[in-house]
Amino acid sequence: MTLSYYLVLAAILFTIGAVGVLVRRNAIVVFMCIELMLNAVNLTLITFARSTGTVDGQIIALFVMVVAAAEVVVGLAIIMSIYRTRRSASIDDANLLKY
Amino acid sequence: MIEAPDLSWAALAPMLVVFGAACVGVLVEAFAPRESRHPVQVGLALVGTVGGLVATLLIAGEPDEVTAVGALAVDGPALFLQAMIAGFGALSVLLFAERALDPARSAFVVSAAVPAGSPRDRELTTVPRVQTEVYPLALFAIGGMMLFVSANDLLVMFVALEVLSLPLYLLSGMARRRRLLSQEAAVKYFLLGAFASAFFLYGLALVYGATGSVLLRDIREATTAGSGGVLLVLGLALLVVGLLFKASVAPFHSWTPDVYQGAPTPVTAFMAACTKVAAFGAILRLLYVAFGTAEWTWRPLVYAVAIASMVVGAVLGLTQTDLKRMLAYSSVAHAGFLLTGVIGLGADGGGSGLSATMFYLLTYGFTTLGAFAVLTLVRDGDGEASHLSQWAGLGARSPVTAAVMSLFLLALAGIPLTAGFTGKFAVFRAAIEQGAWPLVVVALLASAVAAFFYLRVIVLMYFSEPAADGPTVGVPGLPTTVVLAVTATATVALGILPGAVLDLARQAAIFVG
Repeated sequence: MTLSYYLVLAAILFTIGAVGVLVRRNAIVVFMCIELMLNAVNLTLITFARSTGTVDGQIIALFVMVVAAAEVVVGLAIIMSIYRTRRSASIDDANLLKY
Repeated sequence: MIEAPDLSWAALAPMLVVFGAACVGVLVEAFAPRESRHPVQVGLALVGTVGGLVATLLIAGEPDEVTAVGALAVDGPALFLQAMIAGFGALSVLLFAERALDPARSAFVVSAAVPAGSPRDRELTTVPRVQTEVYPLALFAIGGMMLFVSANDLLVMFVALEVLSLPLYLLSGMARRRRLLSQEAAVKYFLLGAFASAFFLYGLALVYGATGSVLLRDIREATTAGSGGVLLVLGLALLVVGLLFKASVAPFHSWTPDVYQGAPTPVTAFMAACTKVAAFGAILRLLYVAFGTAEWTWRPLVYAVAIASMVVGAVLGLTQTDLKRMLAYSSVAHAGFLLTGVIGLGADGGGSGLSATMFYLLTYGFTTLGAFAVLTLVRDGDGEASHLSQWAGLGARSPVTAAVMSLFLLALAGIPLTAGFTGKFAVFRAAIEQGAWPLVVVALLASAVAAFFYLRVIVLMYFSEPAADGPTVGVPGLPTTVVLAVTATATVALGILPGAVLDLARQAAIFVG
């Protein structure tokens, strides 16, 4: 089995994530789509680590996981604070700032 | 026995000072009693930022070096930009520390976890308690920015990008007044910022796949040898998208007006000055060190977004009625002008693009910090009066404030004898030297359009009747006064005698690979 299948799968996952960010309306779901994009990157990195015969890619994937965890902490805190005020996590309701 | 990597502690000193102060700040937050926290935190933040600035100046004469197994480059541009970030960071900390202007004694919410508009929130708006977590957060952001401009490795660049972004997302949601706007700004900034960093990361993965390394030096070798192909170009494009987002370049600017408007004004000033420096530092290093020998891969892209950014910033700036939003669109336009300097990067070492861009960042940073500092002075019952109509007739009511604001607006417009003019002149000349005169023509037209909306504010301040229920102009305390004095002096000085600083930028403008 060739490695390109993994790369194609990762590209598809990344695209699904990116489209999800653009079309979904719930902040939590948008955030999950971003996490999907990061994990697609991880898969790409692992595949390239295999194909180039270096371990850098695997280590970078570990870094990405740690950074993603930190991002979750900050992101959920921000989403929680706005949810408590508005009782809604829809990003369409957050419409005070425009034009 | 595994050998520990060779670290040059002296070269890392500026970042270590800032990160050290940030970590001590977290401990102070945990252990110091509440009454003493504010002076201690402000002092610590100033020690950290000024210490970082002094450390960069001390090692500025040392030979360039690449340390931490090639991950960090401490060279002229890195030190020049780090000194700038630390200096602007210190000025921003002073703006954060201002307590005389707001009746509630601070621009930051007491407890960000309390829902906006709840009884507890209303109770807290009147107490004189201040929140001090913002200082360690700002220090972490400053440290991340300093790391960002010296990152010689895509992984370090990514980590630094997150270290600088995460505190900024939080800071922009902490306004004391108009909390809903502030929280909304934080959510938008966070979601779009995380989206952009995912693109940066995918670009990193593709470049790694194409070259087998994330070190900029190795990428340069691969591009010079012509290997990599489509994967490499695609990766570069995605990396650049992630960086252009941070630099608020159109068409990746959609967060800028919202976040600049919603965030507390001291934080907006901080973002406008420091984030811009950091983002352009990283763009310059990536394009120049990693892809300097393969200019055809990025030059058309940068050319196009530079035009888009100048046009979008100048045209949409015309339609704004809120001063903070107007300055946000002005920052989009300025990002375009900065990109003309990036185009001025010559083939492998030639051209004055690098020094011109760094000089422009310096002039723009001082001017925009000053403009936002003036904005914090003009207030009505509900915080800052940033609507344009409220500024009518300000020249009669408070001549000094109006004069200082006019100075900054003229500098942003690029009128001669101000820093804005010398900065623009430097980047335009660098672009023309590289034959990019169509870009400079667009830039001049955009400058002319943008000048209209800056001058409109000046006309409004001096030539229209003040409204009966107009805003009051607060008397700034020592911190804001210092910021205004420093930024106004620098704006004038860099406009009249730019020679010494330009020479310094020219000497510093050599990247180590």
